[in-house]
Amino acid sequence: MRRLAVVLLVVLAAHPALAQGFLTPEGPVAAAQREHLIRVTMVTMIAVLPVLIGVPLILWRYRRGGRGAYRPGFDFSAPLEIAMWGVPAAIIVLLGTWLWQSTEALDPYEPLGTDPLQVQVIGLNWKWLFLYPDQGIASIGTLAIPAGRPVRLQLTTDTVMQSFMVPALAGQIYAMPGMVSDLNLMASRVGTLTGANTQFNGTGFAGQQVDVQVMTPDDWTAWVQGGTTAPSLDAARYARLGVAGTTAQALQALSLPDSRMHLTAPGLFASVVARYHDGAPLADRDQPGAPGFQPESTP
Amino acid sequence: MSGLFGHLDWTVTPFAAAIADPGTNTFVAAGAAGLVVLGAVALLGFLTWFRLWGPLWRDWLTSADHKKIGVMYCVIGIVMLARGVAEGAVMRAHQAMALNGGPLSAEHFAELFSTHGTIMILFVAAPLVIGLINIVVPLQIGARDMAFPVMNQVSLGLTAAGAALLMISLVIGRFETGGWSAYPPYTGRVFSPGEGPDYWIWSVVPAGIGSMLSGINFAVTIYKCRAPGMTYMRMPLFTWTALCAAIMLVYAMPPVTVSSLMLALDRYAGFHFFTNDLGGNMMNYANIFWMFGHPEVYILVLPAYGVWSEVSATFSAKTLYGYPSLVIATMAIAVIAFTVWLHHFFTMGQSASVNIAFGIATMIIAVPTGVKVYDWMATLWRGRIRMTVPMVYLTGFFILFVIGGLTGVILANPTIDYQVHNTLFLVAHFHNVLIPGVLFAMLAGIHYWFPKVFGFRLHETWGKRAAWLWIVGFCVTFLPLYALGLMGMPRRSSSFADPAFVPLQLVAGAGAVIILLALAATLVCYGVSIRQRGTLAVPFGDPWDGRTLEWAMPAPAPEWNFAVIPAVAARDAFWAEKTGGDPYVAPERYEDIELPRPTALGLVICVATTAAGFALTWHIWWLALSGLVGIGLAVMVRAFATQTTRVLPAAEVAVHHGRWLEAVHTARGITRDAEDSPANRGLAAPDTEVTP
Ligand code: HEM
Ligand SMILES: [Cu+2]
Repeated sequence: MRRLAVVLLVVLAAHPALAQGFLTPEGPVAAAQREHLIRVTMVTMIAVLPVLIGVPLILWRYRRGGRGAYRPGFDFSAPLEIAMWGVPAAIIVLLGTWLWQSTEALDPYEPLGTDPLQVQVIGLNWKWLFLYPDQGIASIGTLAIPAGRPVRLQLTTDTVMQSFMVPALAGQIYAMPGMVSDLNLMASRVGTLTGANTQFNGTGFAGQQVDVQVMTPDDWTAWVQGGTTAPSLDAARYARLGVAGTTAQALQALSLPDSRMHLTAPGLFASVVARYHDGAPLADRDQPGAPGFQPESTP
Repeated sequence: MSGLFGHLDWTVTPFAAAIADPGTNTFVAAGAAGLVVLGAVALLGFLTWFRLWGPLWRDWLTSADHKKIGVMYCVIGIVMLARGVAEGAVMRAHQAMALNGGPLSAEHFAELFSTHGTIMILFVAAPLVIGLINIVVPLQIGARDMAFPVMNQVSLGLTAAGAALLMISLVIGRFETGGWSAYPPYTGRVFSPGEGPDYWIWSVVPAGIGSMLSGINFAVTIYKCRAPGMTYMRMPLFTWTALCAAIMLVYAMPPVTVSSLMLALDRYAGFHFFTNDLGGNMMNYANIFWMFGHPEVYILVLPAYGVWSEVSATFSAKTLYGYPSLVIATMAIAVIAFTVWLHHFFTMGQSASVNIAFGIATMIIAVPTGVKVYDWMATLWRGRIRMTVPMVYLTGFFILFVIGGLTGVILANPTIDYQVHNTLFLVAHFHNVLIPGVLFAMLAGIHYWFPKVFGFRLHETWGKRAAWLWIVGFCVTFLPLYALGLMGMPRRSSSFADPAFVPLQLVAGAGAVIILLALAATLVCYGVSIRQRGTLAVPFGDPWDGRTLEWAMPAPAPEWNFAVIPAVAARDAFWAEKTGGDPYVAPERYEDIELPRPTALGLVICVATTAAGFALTWHIWWLALSGLVGIGLAVMVRAFATQTTRVLPAAEVAVHHGRWLEAVHTARGITRDAEDSPANRGLAAPDTEVTP
C-alpha cells in the first residue's frame, strides 16, 4: 500500500506537464476557453449553492421528531415562486449573453490574425497527415508550428469521421471525408504538446495522437528546410498511408527517418476531398482505412 | 449449407477464441458468455424443478394486466442493469490498468462500451421507466388497465426481443464497436463488415417501435381512462410526467427507428445514405439520431422527476409545493427538449450562429429544471421528514444532480464544449444525470411502489445500505472523470500514454468496486425481502400513509385495481378522504368488471422478432422471412379473435372487497413511528405528531 502511494506520488510529480488540458493553456484560444469555464461555473453556483446548503439544513431541521414548524398545507408562496423562476432566468439571461459573445469571439473558423500559417490536415486510420502547401512539405503524426504565429488548419479525412484536438491550444473540430472544416489556433510559447483524435474510429483510436512541436520561428524554418530534402510524398506513398495502422508503423513502412516528407503535389488535399464527389461508387479496396483497402489499387 | 446457416459457423463463439488464444482478454469474453449460458440453464432448471412453467405461462407471459407487464419490464431492466454494471466495472478495471496497454484488447473494450451504452439507455433505463409508468399510472388515475392492454404486451415483447438479441450477441459472434450512437461511416458495411452493427440495428429497431407503442398507449390511457373528477389539474405529478414522457416517446422514437433502418439499407442493400461516396452523408445520421437521442434522456428523466414529486410529499407528510409550477415546468421541458439536439455535435463545423441558437436553447432548459428542484426543497420545508429508503435516494439526487446540472450548463456553451466534447468530462456528465437522476429515482420508485404490487415492503435496512453504497460509489467512480476530462483524456480510450491519468483512474476503478457492492446490496435487499415477506406484509395497502389513489386499495392490488371506480374530488384524493371522512366505506353497489383475456400475442411477437433479428444479423434469409411472416400472421390471427375480454361478476368483487374492508375495520392503524416494523400492515392511523 505504501509502495503504491509512493509510486503514485512519483508518477504525479514526475509528469506535471504531461496532463495538457486547457486548464494549463498554451495559447490564446484555450486561455479564453478556460476563463469562460471559470466564469460560467461561478455564476451557475448562484443556483447550485442554495441546494447544496439548503438540503442538509432542511433535512435536519424538519426531520420527524425535530422541532421545526410543521405546515402540512404549505403549497404556494408568491415571493418564493418569483425567486424560483426569476433567479434561474436571470442567470440564464446573463450566461446566454456570454455564450453568444464567446461563441462569436472564439469561432474556430475565424483566423486569429493576418497571414496565418496554412496547414492542411488529413485524418487517416490511425494517424494524422499534415500538409504545408506553402512550404512544400508534409509531416506524419507531428505538427510543428512557430510560436506566436496564427495557424489556420483545414481538415478533412480520407476514411471515417474523426475529431482533431490539441487541448492546450484550442478545442476540437470534426474532420469528415469529402468535407473541409477549419480550426484556427495559436501557441504562445515554445514547447511540446499532445493532440489527439477524440472521435472513436477503430482499434487504433487510442493511439492516434499528435506530437505538437511549438518552435521558435528560426527553429521552425530549419525544420521546414529539412523537410524539403526528405523523401517525397508521391501517390504510391500516400496510398500506403491509407492502410490502417499507427504513425510509427506508417513511418516504418515508408522507411522514413522522421515524420517529414517533401510535398510535391500541392493539390493533394483538394484531390482527397474531391475523391468522394466524382459521382461514382468507390470499391472497398479504394477506401482507405477499411479492412478491404488495397493501396496498390488506388490510382 | 451456407444458405441454411447464413454466416454462422462454430468459430463465432468466444469459447472458440479462448481455446485458440488463451489470455485475460479471451477469458473475460468467454466467462461472460459462459455466465449467460449458465444463467439460462439455471433459470430453466429452476422453473422445471419448482414446476413453475404453468404459473409463469398463465400468470405472467400471457397476462395483459398492466401491473404484471410493468413488473416484467422492471425485471428486464434489473437483469440488464446487472450486465451493464458488470460491463462498466470491467471497463473501469481495464482503464485503471490501461497506461500503454491494459488487459483487454482494443476491440473487446470497444464492444464493451457499445453494449454497455446501448443496454443502459434502451434496456435498463427505458424498461424501468416504462415499467413503473405501467404499474403506477392506471392506479393513480383510477383506471382498470391501460387503454390497449394487448398492445401493451406487444410493446413488452418487442423490447424483450431487443434485449434477447443483445444477450445472444454475448455468446454468438461480436457486437458493434462504434458506441451506443453507432455513427457511420465507421459502422457502415465498408468499415465494419462483420455482424456487429447488425446486432445493434436489430436490437434498437424493435425496442424503438415497442417504446413508441408504449407512448401511444400511455397517452391515450391518460387522456381517456381517468376516473370521474380526475381533472388534469388533479392528476398526481407522476402521471403528469408520464403524460409528457408518453407524448415525447411518440415523437422521439421514430427518428431512431428511421436512422437505424437507413443504416440497415446502406449495409444490406448497398444504399448510400451515410457512406463516404455517392453523396452519402454521415452528418445526416448524427442529426436524425440525436433528434431521438436528446429527447430520449428527457423521456427517462421526466418520470424520474415524477417519482421525486410523489416521494417528497409522502415522506415529509405534506402537500406537494408548487403543483402548477411543477406542471408548467414539466411541460416546458418536454417541449424545449425537442429543440436542443444539436448540442451533441457543436463541433461538426456549422456556423457560430447555429451553435449560439442551440446553446441558448439548451441553457433555457435549466430554468424549469431548477424550478423543479427548488419545488421539492420547498415541499420538504416545514414538513415532518422520514428518512426512508426513497428519501435517502432523494437526498443523493439533490446533492449530485445539481452538480450534473452545473456541468450541463457548462457543456451548453459551445466554446467550452469544443474542449470537453468526446472526453471523460462528457462521460462524467451524462452518468451524473443518468445515475442520480434516473437510476436513483427508479430504485426509489421500486422501493416505494413494490408493496402495492407484491403485498409486502422491501427491507429498509438493506435498502438503505444499497442506497448509500450507490451514492458513495457514484461519487468515487464518476467525479474523478470530470478532472480526467478537463485534463484532455478522450472517451472510449482503450489505453492512454499519459501517466498523469493514472491516479484518478485508480480512484475511479475503486469506485466501480463500491458500485458492484451497491448492485449486490440491491439484489440482496430484494432477496431478503422475499424471504421475510410475512413480517413485511402490508395487506391493507397503505404502508406509507400515502396521498394518491393507488394507496386506497389492498396490496397486492387486485387484477381489476378498483372494486368500484372512485369519484375524485381533490388533488391528493386519498389523503382528502383520510382527513375528511372515511376512506374505507363499502360502495352502495358493485358492478360486473370486464377484464382482458390472457393472450400469447406478445410472446409470439417477441419470439418471432428475436428470430428475425438474429436471422437478419447472420443473413439466414429463410428464418428472417419466417420471423417477419410470423409477426404478420400473429397480428392477423389476433384480429379474428372475438372473445377478447372476460367478465368478473359483481358478486365476486363484492366478496373480495368486503372481506378486505372488514379486515381493515377490525385492524388498528399505526403511526409513522411504527412504519418500519412488523406492526405496519398497511393501515395508517392519524398521526399524533403531525396533527397536534
Ligand atoms: C453503474 C455503474 C456504471 C459504470 C461503472 C459505468 C461505466 C461506464 C464506462 C467505463 C463507460 C465508458 C466510458 C468511455 O467511453 O471511456 C461508460 C459509457 C457509457 N455509459 Fe456507463 N456506467 C455505469 C452506469 C451507467 C448508467 C446507469 C447509464 C445510463 C442509464 C450509463 C450509460 C452510459 C452510456 C450511454 C455510455 C456511452 C457509451 C458510448 O460511448 O457509446 N452508464 N459507462
Ligand atoms: Cu442532449
